[in-house]
Amino acid sequence: MKQTFAIGIGGAAGQGVATPGDIFAKIFSRRGLHLNAYNAYQSIIRGGHTLLTIRTGTEKVTNMGDRLDLLIPLNQDTMDRHLQLLTVGAACIYNADTIKPGPAADGVQLCPLPVSELADISRNKVAQNTLAMGAGLHMMGIGFQALEEVLREQFKKKGEAVVAENVGVARAGYDYAAAHFMAFPNPIPKTENRYAILSGNVAMAMGGAAAGVKFYCAYPMSPSTGVLHWMAAHARKAGIMVRQVEDEIGVINMTIGAAHAGVRAMCATSGGGFALMSEGLGMSAMIETPVVVINCQRAGPSTGVPTKTEQGDLWQMLGAAFGDYPRVIAAPLDIGDCFKLIPEIFNLADRFQCPGLVLCDLLLSEGRLSVHPKDLDFNQSIDRGELIMTNGNGNGASIAAARNGDYKRYKITDSGISPRAVPGVPGHIHTVATDEHMEDGVLISDEFTNPIKRRAMMEKRMRKVAGIEAAVPPPTLSGPRDADVTLIGWGSTKGVIEEACEILNEEGVSANQLQIRWLVPLHGEAILDILRDSRHTIIVENNYSGQFARYLRSETSFVPDGHIRKYDGEPFMPHHIVEAVKQQLAGQTKLSVPMHEIMV
Amino acid sequence: MATSVQRASQQLTMADLKGKVDPDWCPGCGDFGVLAAVQKALVELRIPTYNVVTISGIGCSSNFPGYMNTYGMHTLHGRALAVATGLKLANHELTVLVTGGDGDGFGIGGNHFVHSMRRNVDLLYIVMDNQIYGLTTGQTSPTSRIGMKTKSMPFGNIEAPVNPISLALAAGATFVARGFSGEQKHLTELIKQGIEHPGFSFLDVFSPCVTYNHDNTYQWFRPRVKKLEDDSAHDPTNWMAAMEKSLLWGEEIPIGKFFERTDVSTLHGAEPVLNNGPLVHGDLKVPPEVARSFVEELM
Ligand SMILES: Cc1ncc(C[n+]2csc(CCOP(=O)(O)OP(=O)(O)O)c2C)c(N)n1
Ligand code: SF4
Ligand SMILES: [Mg+2]
Repeated sequence: MKQTFAIGIGGAAGQGVATPGDIFAKIFSRRGLHLNAYNAYQSIIRGGHTLLTIRTGTEKVTNMGDRLDLLIPLNQDTMDRHLQLLTVGAACIYNADTIKPGPAADGVQLCPLPVSELADISRNKVAQNTLAMGAGLHMMGIGFQALEEVLREQFKKKGEAVVAENVGVARAGYDYAAAHFMAFPNPIPKTENRYAILSGNVAMAMGGAAAGVKFYCAYPMSPSTGVLHWMAAHARKAGIMVRQVEDEIGVINMTIGAAHAGVRAMCATSGGGFALMSEGLGMSAMIETPVVVINCQRAGPSTGVPTKTEQGDLWQMLGAAFGDYPRVIAAPLDIGDCFKLIPEIFNLADRFQCPGLVLCDLLLSEGRLSVHPKDLDFNQSIDRGELIMTNGNGNGASIAAARNGDYKRYKITDSGISPRAVPGVPGHIHTVATDEHMEDGVLISDEFTNPIKRRAMMEKRMRKVAGIEAAVPPPTLSGPRDADVTLIGWGSTKGVIEEACEILNEEGVSANQLQIRWLVPLHGEAILDILRDSRHTIIVENNYSGQFARYLRSETSFVPDGHIRKYDGEPFMPHHIVEAVKQQLAGQTKLSVPMHEIMV
Repeated sequence: MATSVQRASQQLTMADLKGKVDPDWCPGCGDFGVLAAVQKALVELRIPTYNVVTISGIGCSSNFPGYMNTYGMHTLHGRALAVATGLKLANHELTVLVTGGDGDGFGIGGNHFVHSMRRNVDLLYIVMDNQIYGLTTGQTSPTSRIGMKTKSMPFGNIEAPVNPISLALAAGATFVARGFSGEQKHLTELIKQGIEHPGFSFLDVFSPCVTYNHDNTYQWFRPRVKKLEDDSAHDPTNWMAAMEKSLLWGEEIPIGKFFERTDVSTLHGAEPVLNNGPLVHGDLKVPPEVARSFVEELM
């Protein structure tokens, strides 16, 4: 099994859980380690329980894992909730002045810190956090300098006195641990690699910048707001117009307006905001102005659980806007993919002049992952399709080719794609309309609805679907072809299913994985070709009704042997899947809904 | 609207502004007069037609862009201002005209209306205010008077109408005017001023629906409308006075320019990202050293 080390830091919101988390993340990444961080929190700014899990190792760490090696409870509540989950070899560092441990399992090391003896708590309110970091660092076998370096950077702005004070407190914790606590048997390793640590939201925002996005607007909504924050902070350097808008209806319409002028335009929201954008998506498709819209799913319905994850918006995405229209829908597979997908989907949206929809979720949006800098390459190929502009930003026909009057914005072509001129280009004047229109843009719907023309325009637009299908690769199977069980997932569950497969294989159950990234086009035939040979198929998804299972059945008539679903707001942990697979292979059930044991 | 209005190299004619199809409005509809006045204004201002974008929502009046020979967008009901804001920010060298109805702008689009004004988006917004829903065959609109009988309120409207002029003044529009489609020359003049005004220009136009509104007809308006320009005491830089004038309704209804100020930055003018020119003409790529700094921040 993968050698990893996981730290859990828990407390009330506002107690400073994030800072030690960030500091440990920095220390690990500077040691050339991979990491995955996930913050389980509540929709409240102060108070409310949060538990940040940071898992690190020399190999890729794709999910939060099953086990905590070190627990740092910053309050009694965290101690009460999580101590009992620690198993042999784990340790818990806590403030002995204020927190009482409950019963712990055999082999769990309790590490009480006499905080008021070690630091002046009247001056330093977060002394317990800093002491615990120092103590933890020693137990992990990391030299003190790593922490000192980060603390210096962190407090540099506050002056030398503050730096010295914090370094001193950390040192006291470090030395106390050396004298009183047992170090972990395997010191945290070190490699020569260097990784960037980022959230899916930052990755998607940066992916947008790399794709050439020049207009981004949003209305704040968790868990998508991180995209807005990155965009706003980096707008001036990246030359991006970033606006906060009155509502998501305004967002989608402004995005379309900007895209129509000829820039790449993007927006992100969550399920509720996406619902408001629905009519606008239809406009993007009807006037054939491409936009990219990101939906970061949170647990629904309605306001739902704003700070919890779910894959519950698939059918909303599939059904968004009325009528039939071409579009692409993709679900990024991990945080690195959040970056990579955006330029890809922009190229498709531009080429096929249709909306490109990204179905992300809180797990990726707000989770953090180590990503190799070469996987954040801004030098992406940009294909703007048949676009006619006054400068060189398009690759459509030259503007001199058309005389006013001949240009047909919705020219009927074999591919369904019509060269798109943007306002300001001489000789290509036209009006686009959300009403059904003819090749030249003139409405057919108001005065005399000509069924032949309507049919021709409908078929023109829908012909793009064949081109989109050819441009998007079908999914592939990973793992041994001839496995006992095939686990099918989509989007963000890639990492946890992958690890579950590894564990199953080690435990003698051979497992392979079919992970879906492109939801539309789905490539049903290719999926059937893979699944036809599978011995036992199970669909794993983070929702109640098996939305993907129902979609796959509607597209292919395929019915899997079983389902593993979770809709409690928290993501899957590997053992949830492993145990459910074993039960299903033993014929005990066809539908498993694993219990989330950690109360966060 | 329009800080840097471009001029056509040649003289334009009314024929240059005529769209691909003739309007399908009912004979006598007030919107004909608005269309003619807009075309006349563009001819007189000599703005190249390919540099103008006419954007509308949905409604009888919103069919407007199709009757113009400019770039056009016939968008969704109520959304024209949002679309126009995005378009203007992506290419602020375009002259943007937004046209629509009272239902489109003050009903379903009310949110965008208020926010576009406070943002001072640089465009001219013309509402063909017929105090009725025309396209959907005659229901009450946000500007229908109390007591007016329509298909949706057959026993008479019991809701107070919105006052678009006071609302625009309160929301921070920097150019606020009212026209009457029966006063062509006056209307053309207001449109020209609105196009040249730097910032959000709001022009509410009495544009009678001859089919569904039998209360607010040409005959009803004609004796009542009084031009503010004929009142030598009217000072359009005085916001309080404009607000007071906006409340006049009844035997005397003011038309003309209520208010204008030019000391407020336009939205695009306030945004440093546009210092190097319109986004649409810019380089798509982030400079390599900037990209590198974005990644290094995360390490
Ligand atoms: C979302 C949505 N709701 C309702 C409609 C139907 N609809 C079309 S035009 C209109 C009202 C038009 O009134 P107004 O904006 O005053 O324009 P007029 O026809 O009077 O010029 C309505 C309700 C629509 N197109 N879209
Ligand atoms: S219904 Fe009224 S608003 Fe519509 S075209 Fe006829 S007169 Fe004009
Ligand atoms: Mg109306």
